[in-house]
Amino acid sequence: MNCTRIGFGSALRRAAFAPKLVRNQAVFRHVFKRTLKIESLSPSAEEVILNTQRLKRPSSPHFTIYQPQLTWVGSIFNRVTGAALSVLLYGFSLAYLVAPSIFSSQNVIETVKALPTSVKIAGKTLLALPFTFHSFNGLRHLAWDSGRFLTLSSAYNTGYAVIGATVVSTIALVLW
Amino acid sequence: MSFVARCATRPFRGTAVRGFASSAARRQAVPTEKPPLVKEFKIYRWDPDQPDKKPQLQAYKINLNECGPMVLDALIKIKNEVDPTLTFRRSCREGICGSCAMNINGQNTLACLCRIDRVEAKDSKIYPLPHMYVVKDLVSDLTQFYKQYKSIEPYLQNPNPPEHGEYIQSQEDRKKLDGLYECILCACCSTSCPSYWWNQDEYLGPATLMQAYRWIADSRDAHGAQRKEKLQNELSLYRCHTIFNCARTCPKGLNPAAAIAKIKLELATE
Repeated sequence: MNCTRIGFGSALRRAAFAPKLVRNQAVFRHVFKRTLKIESLSPSAEEVILNTQRLKRPSSPHFTIYQPQLTWVGSIFNRVTGAALSVLLYGFSLAYLVAPSIFSSQNVIETVKALPTSVKIAGKTLLALPFTFHSFNGLRHLAWDSGRFLTLSSAYNTGYAVIGATVVSTIALVLW
Repeated sequence: MSFVARCATRPFRGTAVRGFASSAARRQAVPTEKPPLVKEFKIYRWDPDQPDKKPQLQAYKINLNECGPMVLDALIKIKNEVDPTLTFRRSCREGICGSCAMNINGQNTLACLCRIDRVEAKDSKIYPLPHMYVVKDLVSDLTQFYKQYKSIEPYLQNPNPPEHGEYIQSQEDRKKLDGLYECILCACCSTSCPSYWWNQDEYLGPATLMQAYRWIADSRDAHGAQRKEKLQNELSLYRCHTIFNCARTCPKGLNPAAAIAKIKLELATE
């Protein structure tokens, strides 16, 4: 400790006794010129550079690189199933309006009856899975909107519950 | 250290070291050097000086046994020793400034709080925050994010200040702000939100909305009604579809999704 104080003191003393010219920062800068030159620009010129850069900036990648998680994958599936069910509902209703004889219940039942079993099971699964998932997830959303299950862990638990209920009820509906 | 100090310690230090070295060599085994643990990092690169060159992943290999435990340590090591052109933001290195927010292995987090996965076979992918304009490499443009934060007027507004001293708040009312005020605005949550990806021009995003609720929930603030009125439109608040990516990714363990749900509930029941 003592030694460092000695060393520091001598440095201070040297600076104190140095000619005034060297202590003057402006002179010091003039004598020791920088080897690296920095171009200074006016604020308006800086803005021009910034704006030309902004025009060409890429947007960083998003869903292609984000880790698949139950949170957002479940939400996308909810959206997709909702859209698909709506298309089916409105499509069938409009078709019935346009050609009631072709899309009558009797005609539909007879067409489905004539299909092979494998196609029937596949078709039923394709209808039952989105319907059950969207319904159960809808209940989950109602619970959230009334202020329940708002922690991260309960968001996950209700997510797994919805998946479980979907699987069970889809199987039940297909076998029915 | 000054010259005086070195002179003073030399005579007895010399003998002491020699004695220790000779006895230690006999008793101790030679410390084995750890075998190098080489890990590959693939980092998103884009240079504004070559704007027509497409963004790409650049691979860097570093020895984890000569590196700190966190991803930020690896980035600094790469910048110092391998490639000084690699650009990223960093400041506090302890998760309080929020500068080093980025997407690491598919999740938004702070590089300084994210441990390096020490599995050698798996590479680590590092991207800037998702769906943001890139300034350079891992630096994304947060101008819009900060503007949105400013738009909710994040400060106490009360036309009737107390006559003496400070605003008084009960302990219960103060407790309502826990889990809200800790936000460091790193933008991890907002840029993890798919709704924010598609509608960030108008949807405020989880970070900003949680701060909006922080002021709505504050018993000392008198502008709650005006604050809520501002959110009464299709996009500012209601683009939130309770996805929970925000709560999942928050490096501070906060829950913006719950705060937004509470705003929705208050708007619906007022």
